[in-house]
Amino acid sequence: MNKKLSLILRWAFLIIVLVAIYLPIALIVVYSFSAEKNIGSENGFGEFTFSLYSQLFQNSQLMEATLNTLIIGVVSALLATFIGTFTAVGLYYMRKGKKTVNFISQITVVNAEIVTAVGFFLLSIFIRDVLSIPLNKGIGWLIVAHTVLTTPYVILSVGPRLNQLNPNLYEAGLDLGAGPMRSLFTVVMPQLISSMISGFALAFTLSLDDFVVTNLNKGTGGVNTISTFVYANLKRNLDPSIRALSTIIFVIVLAVLIVFNIVKNKKQKAAQVG
Amino acid sequence: MKIKKLLKRGNDFRPTFFAFPYVLICIIFVVLPLVLVLVYAFMDDGGGFTLTNFVEVFTKDNLLLLLKTLGIAALTTVLCLLIAYPTALILASKPFNRYVILALMFIIPMWMNFVLRIIALRSLLYMIGVDYGFAATIIGMVYDFLPFMLLPIYNVLMEMDKSYMEAATDLGANSFLTFFKVTLPLSLKGIISGITMVFMPVFSAYAITGMLGDTNTTIIGGKINGLFEMTSTWGVGSAMSFVLLILVFLTMLLGNVFSGKGDNKPLAKGGANE
Repeated sequence: MNKKLSLILRWAFLIIVLVAIYLPIALIVVYSFSAEKNIGSENGFGEFTFSLYSQLFQNSQLMEATLNTLIIGVVSALLATFIGTFTAVGLYYMRKGKKTVNFISQITVVNAEIVTAVGFFLLSIFIRDVLSIPLNKGIGWLIVAHTVLTTPYVILSVGPRLNQLNPNLYEAGLDLGAGPMRSLFTVVMPQLISSMISGFALAFTLSLDDFVVTNLNKGTGGVNTISTFVYANLKRNLDPSIRALSTIIFVIVLAVLIVFNIVKNKKQKAAQVG
Repeated sequence: MKIKKLLKRGNDFRPTFFAFPYVLICIIFVVLPLVLVLVYAFMDDGGGFTLTNFVEVFTKDNLLLLLKTLGIAALTTVLCLLIAYPTALILASKPFNRYVILALMFIIPMWMNFVLRIIALRSLLYMIGVDYGFAATIIGMVYDFLPFMLLPIYNVLMEMDKSYMEAATDLGANSFLTFFKVTLPLSLKGIISGITMVFMPVFSAYAITGMLGDTNTTIIGGKINGLFEMTSTWGVGSAMSFVLLILVFLTMLLGNVFSGKGDNKPLAKGGANE
């Protein structure tokens, strides 16, 4: 009896926390089908409509911000995955100086984001005014910043996988007549692909979620990401179609995670059978 | 002769070289920005050395701001821990640990853009009549940072060897004693990792105070960002960033000391892997 009560209490606790987590999101999803300007106004829900969704695609500024977010996210995550993987491989075979490089790469991970943002800001000033290299802050500069910001996470994702590999594989490739490059690309790298994918996913989500660095480094040219656009328009009138955008993003996140888990389960089952 | 030497060098290629480009990237984009923060912090308008920036940082108002930020960060951390620890404990306990999808549900929102999530929470708070201000800010902070506290604690609890708890029970400890003498000390590393992922990041989370707070809930990250939006106050902003950098360093040191204590290797790993 006592055990049953404890089980019920534990379920209750989990459900309360889950409700608290999903209530705001559920509210936005439901109200994305209402044309009411404000949630919680006296008018209530009004009638069911898809008008916010068509309104979303007509809001050119918001669409541009979404496109910018995706471009910056994809390009910087690809660059971070490329640089991060090669660096992890290099660090794995490094004897001297490995600790120093690891320490420096961890600075961006542990540092307060606002200090990192200030650092990039001052660096852009330094490049423009001291080195006299014309630098227009905008998408390009944001891609650079996001790449630097997310590369350590790719290293953190690929590094442990390398440690699990048999250290003699690379040498075996050399013994069998492959050059160092070939041995790395055909023997070592293929085994890193799954950790590279999770590194890419991590870098991509971190880039999408970034606000502090982007806000200080987007320049005055009117380049915005979803985060900075929504934040900047908060004080004025925030387009209610933002609810439609939130719903779409939530559904995509959910779909990707479900597919990812199904694939993972299938792989595990296949591994168990094989 | 020369060509032969060059060819020989080509054969000397080592995978370590793959890490070298990243070392260069780190020097330009990680170390140089921090040096620039330092330079701007100690530089006056004419380019000479000065301490006036720091005099301006340590005014009564700014110290109050720092204290308030520390308070908000501490309160957020404590509340996250109070919610996340029981949640993780339940998720890692017996009937629940079979459902990975259940644990996943608690961190799914982490993949959604946090500005959009906070906007959703803002609508909910408006609907149920919570005014924007201190309470709303704290709710928003906890809402945003909860997964970052939950994940490391959950991971540590899942990896923990359950036989220690069974041994404690066998040796006559009741469930309270088992928890405080065995489970809690063994999960210390996850707790500390969770704290470091919440406490310092709150300092930069001025987007949340901007969306849910009022003029009294400004935090130091927002203040620094504001200082760099005007051209005349970069020195003070850099000095403030420098102070924050020292704070980051101190909390890191503190975290290392504590997790060093919790790192009871023969116990945590059963001595088998050592």
